[in-house]
Amino acid sequence: MNAPETTSEHLGTVELRIPSKPEWVAVARLAVAAIANRLPFSVEEIEDLKLAIAEACTMCIQQGGGTESIDITCEAATSHLRVEVRDHRYRERGDAAKRPSVIAVEGEGLGIFLIQALMDKLDYSVDPQLGTELVMTKRVGA
Amino acid sequence: MDIKVHVRESEDDAYVVELGGEIDVYTSPKVKDAITELIDQGHYNLVINLEKVRYIDSTGLGVLIGGLKRVREHGGTVNLVCTNPQIKKIFDITGLVKIFGIFDDEAGAKKALA
Repeated sequence: MNAPETTSEHLGTVELRIPSKPEWVAVARLAVAAIANRLPFSVEEIEDLKLAIAEACTMCIQQGGGTESIDITCEAATSHLRVEVRDHRYRERGDAAKRPSVIAVEGEGLGIFLIQALMDKLDYSVDPQLGTELVMTKRVGA
Repeated sequence: MDIKVHVRESEDDAYVVELGGEIDVYTSPKVKDAITELIDQGHYNLVINLEKVRYIDSTGLGVLIGGLKRVREHGGTVNLVCTNPQIKKIFDITGLVKIFGIFDDEAGAKKALA
């Protein structure tokens, strides 16, 4: 009998908070690249991740209406990297306020298009009052 | 994080905007200023050289698209020089390869302006 197929193992979670200002987006980009580098992603996949995370942070800044900070949570697993990017209004509302499903955004631009093209999975919600949240996953070698 | 912007007039009456570094939400205003200044001066045929650009995001693409729209209003165009495969990929997946002339070298980009 063959051994059961190996499931994905959680490797760790990294949380980063940056000021919601353009000059800090590069920090998020480089931090996520460093995390992705610990997984067996190709150089091209890491470049995809860098751009996707930067686009998500840019969306938070542009949609944030003066939001103070952006939280980036990276969950690394053997098979994938899952990244949550949300502006501080989500944090202040707490878990109970999180919406379970995606709210489609009208007039989505190049940024969201790029994230969708570069990542394997994306859920997002952009609301001028409630805040901006993007949850994206990239699988290793997909 | 850095961006280098160098504007020069080439011998064949075209203007070349040579960019280097990273074009993102922080640095793209500097690129926009350089392109806008050239257009305001009446230069509508531009070559934007991205050979030394390591990274570009949607805000950078937006600046290039904005520049192209403005010069087209005056019958001009913007040709790009780009050899970085990752950046070419971004132009490809956004469909911008169809609206920009993208060349492997500056000579080709300038020749296509004529």
